[in-house]
Parts: sequence; structure tokens; C-alpha cells
Amino acid sequence: MSEDLNPEELLSSIAPKPPKTGWMDTPVDIKKGIYSYAANPKSVEYLSLPHARQWNPAEEDWNLPENWKEIITQGFRERLDRFRSVKVFMDICVRCGACADKCHFFIGSGDPKNMPVLRAELLRSVYRNDFTTAGKIIGSISKNFKKMIGARELTVDVLKEWWYYLFQCSECRRCSVFCPYGIDTAEITIMGRELLNLIGLNIDWIATPVANCYRTGNHLGIQPHAFMDMMDFFTDDIEEITGVKVEPSFMKKGADILFITPSGDVFADPGTYTCMGYMMLFHYLKEKYGLDITWSTYASEGGNFGFFTSHETMKRLNSKMYAEAKRLGVKWILGGECGHMWRVIHQYMDTMNGPADFLEVPVSPITGTVFENAKSTKMVHIAEFTADLIKHDKLELDPGRNDHLTVTYHDSCNTARGMGMFEEPRYVIKNVCNNFYEMPANTIREQTFCCGSGSGLNAGENMDLRMQGGLPRANAVKYVHEKHDVNMLACVCAIDRAALTTSVEYWVPDVEVTGMTELVANALIMPGEQKRTMNLRSEELPGMEDDDAEEEDV
Amino acid sequence: MNISYLYSLIAVIVLALFAYVGSKFGGGEALFGIIFPLLAGLTFTVGFIYRIVDWARSPVPFRIPTTCGQQKSLPWIESACIENPTTTAGVVVRMILEVVLFRSLFRNTTCELKEGDKLAYRWEIWLWVGALAFHYAFFTVVVRHLRFFMEPVPVCLQFLETLDGFLQIGLPGLMLSGVVLLAAAVFLFLRRILTPHVRYISLASDYFPLFLIMGIAFSGILMRYFTKVEIVNVKAFTMGLVTLQPHIPDGIGGIFYVHLFLVSVLLVYFPFSKLMHLGGIFMSPTRNLTTDTRAKRHINPWNSPVKIHTYEHYEDEFREKMVDVGLPVDKMLEAQPPEAPEAPETPEAPEAPETPEVPEKPEVPAEPEAPEAPEKKE
Ligand code: HEM
Ligand code: SF4
Ligand code: SF4
Repeated sequence: MSEDLNPEELLSSIAPKPPKTGWMDTPVDIKKGIYSYAANPKSVEYLSLPHARQWNPAEEDWNLPENWKEIITQGFRERLDRFRSVKVFMDICVRCGACADKCHFFIGSGDPKNMPVLRAELLRSVYRNDFTTAGKIIGSISKNFKKMIGARELTVDVLKEWWYYLFQCSECRRCSVFCPYGIDTAEITIMGRELLNLIGLNIDWIATPVANCYRTGNHLGIQPHAFMDMMDFFTDDIEEITGVKVEPSFMKKGADILFITPSGDVFADPGTYTCMGYMMLFHYLKEKYGLDITWSTYASEGGNFGFFTSHETMKRLNSKMYAEAKRLGVKWILGGECGHMWRVIHQYMDTMNGPADFLEVPVSPITGTVFENAKSTKMVHIAEFTADLIKHDKLELDPGRNDHLTVTYHDSCNTARGMGMFEEPRYVIKNVCNNFYEMPANTIREQTFCCGSGSGLNAGENMDLRMQGGLPRANAVKYVHEKHDVNMLACVCAIDRAALTTSVEYWVPDVEVTGMTELVANALIMPGEQKRTMNLRSEELPGMEDDDAEEEDV
Repeated sequence: MNISYLYSLIAVIVLALFAYVGSKFGGGEALFGIIFPLLAGLTFTVGFIYRIVDWARSPVPFRIPTTCGQQKSLPWIESACIENPTTTAGVVVRMILEVVLFRSLFRNTTCELKEGDKLAYRWEIWLWVGALAFHYAFFTVVVRHLRFFMEPVPVCLQFLETLDGFLQIGLPGLMLSGVVLLAAAVFLFLRRILTPHVRYISLASDYFPLFLIMGIAFSGILMRYFTKVEIVNVKAFTMGLVTLQPHIPDGIGGIFYVHLFLVSVLLVYFPFSKLMHLGGIFMSPTRNLTTDTRAKRHINPWNSPVKIHTYEHYEDEFREKMVDVGLPVDKMLEAQPPEAPEAPETPEAPEAPETPEVPEKPEVPAEPEAPEAPEKKE
């Protein structure tokens, strides 16, 4: 929880106006509760990433490599040459401010440097100084002129400012929806973080999961035996709740489908219930239709914190998906509920690690549906897959078991603005829950708000930042909670499940968080199940304890 | 307080005075009437092309469109073929909407904290209205000026003029575009200085083109309605410019040189400034690409080769543990005959056989502490 600030204090601490001093003259103040800890050098080293070392953001001296400026300038130049996006976005912003109050971190903090445009200007100012003709000529005349065109030299203080604010952007792309030129500050943050990575300025919450994932196959560093222990746990719980013993399959060569989901769901509540949901769904499909879905511990991570490190690191982690699918000889890959995992799969994976010509165009053997939209990447989202099953009436469901819930749905930034998956999860949820309400239109679908902790910012030490960033989402939840008694916030993202739980507990304590598949599994009538009196959380189902469970009206 | 607009205002006034006074001196008319405009035209053309080519030289390694509508997935779910375009036709329509109607800006909202704890969003249309008025007025003015460069004046231009002057006020007839341009520029300026956060981000280089355009519009209006410049002479002059046989006619006055010089400055300023958003919007990868990224492979010309952690490495490190919990492995433990069907529990340390270029293994990287510890539930 936020260490000092309660919600009222946090709300009243939002700065209504920018400070008196101009942004270039306002030095960065690295605040506790906002910044994340520096990376453990061992993790950085394990990945052979540059300049692993001990350093502390709160201290004056960051132990920068001697030629840090050269490295950054060189790195900047390379990226301008490799990414048209960076080059164009550096040049064309008109500073109209349309993106300003679209960022949840700005809304929640009032810090003007959290306006997407100013976040980008932090880099753009250096770009103008070092890479544009106008900047070079005008800058050489006088320092005052430099400031007028918004150029400045890269100094240690500027670098610290970059670091501080680039790790206050969750790469959610909400700003890019509103920008008249589609300038995507997330893209600028991605580049900026790559540059920081070149001189070893990583944060631990990203670097260590990446190192873990590289080695053990998942962010949490769960080794195969521990992974299996958890799965055994879940199997026991499922048996207790449903009376059915599920038998998940692991690394089975020649299985039909390889399933990959974020490892957060194996270890952290309430994701664990979603994980149990997958196991029950797959068991159902196996029993009823003989569909053979297998899990892997080598590729046991859907998420990809490499994406928050550099394009190359993203590629290194992502490569395991295809490698494992190829080794096991499956037909195609099914992906679980995760946000940035799906941006990587949808917009990067095939380009980086494809072509996946050893896989088949995904076909649901149960419904015959050909997933044309995934015919090259060969990876299908569990919401697409499940929606198709429900549409074809292939799942026996009792939505009444979710009647004690009034549900709303949070679009994860990445599945919304990096994919456009809006209807599939809604269709599934509405088929397994009778009470569903949308949050206000400006806070869902392509305009959805980040949970406040995306892109590797869900650490413990930056809780003030997370609660600030979580405010717009939580506020919309509060609205439907008060208006429609919503008590369950559904999402399709593992980081959401962890982060929203904390944020909702802080802002709207009466609402809980669930994954989509947990809701499905609660409604799913398993072959040979006992009378269900408990949900997956082992809580009593109201009205189901005794024999005459009545239907509530919708 | 951000007062950088003062610098820009002063700069534009100085430039205007410079042209007004300069044109009065010997040779000044030729300088401001012929040499500067030709140089400016050249700078604009070369600069603009250079900038576009320079952008185009950098590849688009990944397909990163911002999806603002339902994806095309299952046949029974209606997809947003423009806001999330899977076809080139969809992209073309999306781009036209962006360029012609400022589609994204149309979404603009403001966010306000009400009653201390409620965030309220309101549709904010005025920036869109102002920007659209500004650009269309500018566009109309530019197109109308083509009559100075063409002989005979094409019918469509004459039609546009009739449209633009439909109010039929005054003599010479009032052209709406010039007035709207001036008013919209003033509106955009006021918005910039009156909205605290927009003022905070504004640079002198943001005010400069606004003042410049105000100056151009103002001097134009002055000439047309007040000093009543001799249009025939102007036409003779501009025709001379475009046919590269320039000559300076009499009686066109100082304001004309101010007008022409400010236009020249705008032309020179254009390629080196944010005004290049005119070209940039067409090249913005979040808007101009199809979103069928899972259906069609996008090629990255420099797809970096990377070091990866293969399954073999993984199994070599964890084979024993995998075998212990009954996970299938590709290679059996060394002590066992390879055809042993079931997992043996020999806790022999696996000798990593052929470890190609793995980075040094660290002592296990510290596990992130956050997610609630695994000892949940009984
Ligand atoms: C495809 C064409 C164009 C599009 C879609 C476009 C779009 C926009 C938008 C949406 C704005 C934001 C309004 C604002 O900042 O207040 C803007 C600003 C501006 N545009 Fe354009 N524009 C285009 C072409 C041009 C051209 C040809 C000029 C030539 C002078 C121009 C000059 C300006 C100026 C000076 C501003 C700044 C207004 C301000 O500072 O407030 N634009 N443009
Ligand atoms: S909306 Fe786009 S053009 Fe306007 S300030 Fe933001 S990034 Fe710049
Ligand atoms: S990507 Fe999201 S977090 Fe980053 S600046 Fe834009 S709106 Fe803010």
C-alpha cells in the first residue's frame, strides 16, 4: 500500500497547475514511492547486457560509464536510422496538447512531465540539439536561442530526468489514440529505455524477471519441479471443488496444441484461479472432444518483460514459444490471458521469430473454425478460442453460478490498442455471467485506462506512482460500483490481475478482480462433476448450499 | 510564466519592418521581390523533399498501428474495417479521415476532477474546430493565390472564389478564408497562452509560425481592402516570377513586400520545423499500416540476430528436477540406459554436455519479491 498517502491525501496532492518555472529549468526530483529500484547487477550480467553494476537512483553518483554520453548519442543515432517511427515522432509534434490529459500518470499526479508530449520532449530536446541542422546552427548562436527552439544539451541531470520519467510511462498508448498524427509516446519510451539499457540503467523489477525468464522459462524463476508442485496444488483444489480430477499434460510431443500463459497466473492470486480455469477448460475439451492441449515449463511464460528492456531482449525471450512448439511438433499455439504478451504476439513475434512454417494454420478441431486472422503467426488468443466454442454451443454452461457477481470488464491496454480485441472477451463473459455492466465509454475499449502498473512498473517500492496511475481506472470502477453495484472487475491480463487487485483495494475496496477464464470455469459444467457449492476461490456459492437453488432475475 | 511568445512576436514584427523599410532602398525591391522569394521557393522545395526522403530512409521494422476498433477475428464479430484496418483500402480511408477531417483530434476529451474524487470526461471539440478552420482557411487561401500564377485562371479556381466570397459584403468582395484564417490563428494563439498546460509546453518555435501566419493574413487583408493594391500589376509581377523573367512593376507598395517576405520566411521555416507534420502524418506508422499482423508476416530488414536460451540448455540445467517430477525429457540422465521408459530418481548432477555460448550462469537471480508468496491456500 501507498506508504504515507491515503486516497484522500493522494487526490488532494494532484497538482492542478504546472509549476512557475519552465520545464527545462525545473530540476528532476527523484521521489521515494515513485521510482523503482535499480537492477540487481547479477541479473543484468546473466543476460550479458551492458554495464552491469551496483547503483542507486537515490544517490548523487550513478556510477555511469565514463563514455556514457557517447554511448547514448551513438545509440540514439542508430535508432533514428533503424526506426522510422522514432524519427517521424521526433520531428512532427506540434505541441497541441491533445495528448496531455489522456495519460493516467498525468491525471493521477498532475506532474506536467507526465504529459505524454512533455515526456517525449525530454528526449526531443536532446534530439533537436544533437541531430537537427536547425538545432545545431541556432544552438551555436546562443544558449537562449537554444531554449527557444526547445533544444538542450544532454547532461547527467537530463539523463536522470529521462530515467525517472521513462519509468513513469506504462507504454499503454492511450496518448497515441488522440494524437492527430498518431504519435505514440510508448514508442518513444521504448526507445528511451533501450538507450538507458545501453548504459546499465535498468530497474530490478524488469531486469530480474527477464533474467529469470531467460533461464527458467518464466519471470518468477520457477524451476520445473516447483512449477509442477503448483499445478498439483491446483489439481487437488479443482478435485475438491468439482469432484473431477483433471490431468494436465506437459511437454507432450505430438499434442494438438501448445498452451502458453503468463507465469504470474501460476503463482499469484487471483491469477491462480484463472490458471485453474484453464486446466478445467482443457480437461473438459479433452474429455468431450479429445482435444490434446499441452503445457511447457521451458516456455512457461507468456509475458515478455524483454519488451520493456529492448527489442533484442524481447526477441530472445519470445523465441522460446516457436522453439518449443517446433520441438513438440504441435499444430498451433494457444495463448492465455495477458496484455503485453499479446501485443508482442500480435505485432512483433512473427516478424522477429517467424516464419512459423512448421506449424499449421490454426483450426479449432471442435468447431471447424479456421482462425484466418492468425494464419501466419499461428497463435490464437484464449478469448477468441473460447468465444468460438461458446458460439457453436460446445460448452455446457451454467451462468447462474456467477449470479452473485455483478461484473464489469477492463480492456487491457495492449489487447485494446495493440490488437483490437474488444468483443471476444465481452461475448465470453456475457455468456457465463448474467449481470454485466460497462464502465463509462471514455474509459473502455480503445480509450481504456491502464491499470497503472504496466510495462514492468508493478514493483512494491513505487506504490505511490502505481496508485496515481491506477486512479482513472479505479475511478471508473467506482462509478459502476456505486451505480450498478458492480463487485467484480474482469480482465484478460495477468499484470492487471495483480495490479488491479492492489489498486482497487486502495480506491474501491468492495470490488474484486478476476480473469475471464475463472468466470468460464465457474460456469462450466464438467463431465462427472459433483454438485458445485463452492467457486474456484473455495468460497461458498450463495444459493447453492441447499438443494432448491432459485434463479435470480437478470 | 512562459513568455516565449514575446520573442516570436518581436521576431515577426522585426521581419515585417525589415521588409517594409528594406524595400524602400535602392535595389530593395529586387531583393525582397525577386531574390528572396525565389531562394525561399527553392529552399522549401529542396528542404521538403529532403525531409521526406530522410524519413523514408529509415525502415519500418515492426508493424505498430494503434488499433482503435474491433479486430477482424471470428466471422460473426463485426470488425472495424477503418479504425482497425486489415486491408489497404481500409488504411487509405483511415488516412483520408485523419488528413481531411482530423479524425483522431475529433476524439479529444478533457478530464476534470469533480467533487474532489470523481473524474469526469468531457468531449472537447474546440481544438478540432479551431484547427480545422485554420487549415481549411489556409488551404483555400493558398489555392486562391494560384490565380496569380496561372493564365488563364482555371474555372475551378474562379468557382472557389465565388464560394469563398459568397457573403458578397464590401468591395472588393470579402473573402471568408482570409478572415477565418486570421481569426483561427488568433484562437489557436489564445488557446496556447490561456490553457496553463498548453502554455507550459509551448516553445517560441510554436508561436512563431502562428504570428507569421497572422502577419501574412493581416498584411493580405490590408492590401485587399484598405491600401487596395493594383492587382493587375501584382499579377504581372508573379507571372514574371514563375516564368523566371522577373521584373518589378510600379506602384505595389511596401505592404506587398511585407506580405511577400513573410511568406518567404514561412517557406524557409517550413521544412525545418514542426510544420513538416504535413508530410509526417502520411508516414506515421501507427496510422498508415494494416493491422493484419497475425495473418501476414511483416519483414524487418535488420532483424537482429540474438543469443537465445535453447531447450537443450534448459534441459541440461534442470534435467534431474524434471525427471523427478515426471516431466518428459529428451535426453535421459547419464546413469540410466537411454531406453528407460519411466523417470528414474537418480539424483546425479547432470553434466552439461555441449554448452554452446551460454552466458555465465549466475547464482540464481534473486526472485522478484512481489507476487504474494506461493504458500497460498492449503
Ligand atoms: C495533411 C495536412 C495537415 C494536417 C492533418 C494538419 C493537422 C494539424 C493539427 C491537428 C494541428 C493541431 C492544431 C493546433 O496545434 O492547435 C495542426 C497545427 C498546425 N498546423 Fe497543421 N496540418 C496539416 C498541414 C499543415 C500545413 C500545410 C500547414 C502550413 C502552414 C500547417 C500549419 C500548422 C500550424 C502553424 C499549426 C500550429 C497551430 C498552433 O500552434 O496552435 N499545417 N496541424
Ligand atoms: S497530441 Fe500529438 S502533436 Fe499534439 S502534443 Fe501530443 S504528441 Fe504532440
Ligand atoms: S503511453 Fe500511456 S503511460 Fe505512456 S505517456 Fe502515453 S498515455 Fe502515458
